[in-house]
Amino acid sequence: MNAVIALIFNAILNGTPLMYGTMGEILTEKSGNLNLGVEGLMYMGGALGLAGAFYYEKAAGAGVNGLLAMVIAIACAFLAGALGSLIFSVITISLRANQNVTGLALAIFGTGVGQFVGEYMRTMEGGYIAVSNELKNFFQNAPFPQTLQNIPVVGKLLFGHNIFVYLGVLLALAMGFFISRTRWGLNLRSVGESPATADAAGINIARYKYLATVMGGGISGIGGMVYIMTIAGCVWNHEGLAGVGWLAVALVIFCLWRPVNAIWGSVLFGALMILYLRVQLPIPSEIYKILPYVVTLVVLIFTSLRKKREDQPPESLGIAYFREER
Amino acid sequence: MRSHREPLFHLAKQGDVSGRRAWAIRLASFVLAIFIGGLIFLFLGHNPFRAYGEIITGSLGRKTALRQTIKIAVPLLGTALAIAPCFKMRFWNIGAEGQITAGAIGATFFALNYANRLPSPLLLTIMGLSGVLCGALWALIPAIFKARWGTNETLFTLMMNYIVIGMVKYLQGGPWEGKPGSQIIPNFNNAAVLPKVLGVHCGWIMVLILTLFIFIYMNYSKHGYEISVIGESPKTARYAGMDVGRVTRRTMMLSGGMCGLVGYMVASGANMTLYHNVADGVGFTAITVAWLSQLNPFAMIAISLLLAILDKGAGTLQTAMQVPTSISDIITGIFLFCMLACEFFINYRILFSGGRKKEAKEG
Repeated sequence: MNAVIALIFNAILNGTPLMYGTMGEILTEKSGNLNLGVEGLMYMGGALGLAGAFYYEKAAGAGVNGLLAMVIAIACAFLAGALGSLIFSVITISLRANQNVTGLALAIFGTGVGQFVGEYMRTMEGGYIAVSNELKNFFQNAPFPQTLQNIPVVGKLLFGHNIFVYLGVLLALAMGFFISRTRWGLNLRSVGESPATADAAGINIARYKYLATVMGGGISGIGGMVYIMTIAGCVWNHEGLAGVGWLAVALVIFCLWRPVNAIWGSVLFGALMILYLRVQLPIPSEIYKILPYVVTLVVLIFTSLRKKREDQPPESLGIAYFREER
Repeated sequence: MRSHREPLFHLAKQGDVSGRRAWAIRLASFVLAIFIGGLIFLFLGHNPFRAYGEIITGSLGRKTALRQTIKIAVPLLGTALAIAPCFKMRFWNIGAEGQITAGAIGATFFALNYANRLPSPLLLTIMGLSGVLCGALWALIPAIFKARWGTNETLFTLMMNYIVIGMVKYLQGGPWEGKPGSQIIPNFNNAAVLPKVLGVHCGWIMVLILTLFIFIYMNYSKHGYEISVIGESPKTARYAGMDVGRVTRRTMMLSGGMCGLVGYMVASGANMTLYHNVADGVGFTAITVAWLSQLNPFAMIAISLLLAILDKGAGTLQTAMQVPTSISDIITGIFLFCMLACEFFINYRILFSGGRKKEAKEG
């Protein structure tokens, strides 16, 4: 029993960065932009989020405020991701370059920036970057009182996670509501499905695409920061972050472009990522690790086989819109 | 009532662009990229001229450095060539990374198991063929699904990358592991290593031949024609009696086969072993090379060399100026962004509302 709880608990912990990365990419793809640079955005968010918290603590000294540090980390990560995807947006939306190629360029650029900032801080600060234990606890511990966590069985699972898990779930619910229940969400979907139709209906295509892509990039960037500040222990760790962004692109497909699915999807992927550590099966651990991709492929194949309209990728995904070319 | 506002400017597709104008714009974007890169060096407190000088001498200055640069450019060029037919067909093959890896697995199988039993030239040939075959088969899978059910190929090929990379990790720690616990596949026997010509493994000759081959294939063959028709309009192609599914599968096999060959070159020529990062991002970078070259094989030589120079040269900044190696990715990214953006100014004209009269006069 305890083993199962520990597995689920760790799956949630490991899935949370993915959840943010995925939500950001869902918002982006809903506008018809396929941003393959999520890996780069998460690197940028991770490195700059850590930098924000670290330099704030350095400036504040003993009077460091955990909440403020967290807000600064989130803001820095968001801005880093938003800035990265703003470059992507300008080049693909305004300048109409190919999205796949620009996304890959962003992945190269972003991983470079993330690593550079991480390494640069390390050399500047004499070898080791870490925030104080007090701040670390604030990022990594649950925001609920211990008594709630002590409830047998469900206590730890419901109240034991770091704050980003809860924020992520709230964000996913809000985004799901926004996309499927509000007028702006409807407009956004129409931009992603058929920009020509949306344009004819008087929707400002460029504005929706820009906003969705930049906000989405920012949310993905937060995912990188969450990885660094929780799982990696507030230390820059580019090896651990490697591949998470690509996994997020996979998870978007697995979730069928629905933010609410990202909640349980990320837990499942998180479980697949750590399963080899916890469950002994006669399969080599490296085969375990490719399971998320295999599962995603199966989902991709099945959705294309079934041709159910609700489950398809946004119709205009990856295609630049140019009014004069209709 | 809102008053009607005239937009400040509108865009028009440029018809025939003069070659000189197009190249002038490309040159300008190149200069802009150098300028932005220079600003970054300045911001980091380094002399940009010294930094760029260091990049040039670090990549081209000495014979050993030049050889290393060529070694970086070879797989980039080979993979960009492989991707070109797919992209011409508007089949977004993002899976070169995985196809390279699959090819490397195919080549490594023979390198590990038959090194002592076959004469070297025969072994190398079999390794190459096996690499080509593995790459081609790996690429065929998404092509089948795309042709039959229209499965999104961008996402499909992307997922395939990580599956095959995971397989190599498994082989590294499992059946092909050298010393138990090392997680490393032993180095190839000398018989399974590509010979060197002028100090670089002979893969560079192969990719130059491939350049010529792709140029002819794309421009002067029936296959190339079919590919470009399908790229322009699959419906037209179907109407003209082409079997779109067959061409898709065939082109992907060609593309994957060439990627597989690159994988063989890298494993046998450069690394002399197989490890999970054998493709090392080449599959992704090559996509940008192919695209920025407008799928022109000869332009690919120039762009892959440029990126190799940036990569190798910026790598030496670490020792020369204490700038972290990852600066090379940043500089590469800036170059890619600028060159991607500049195509817009080649293909479109910006017409300002105020300037319409003037333009009418000129026209």
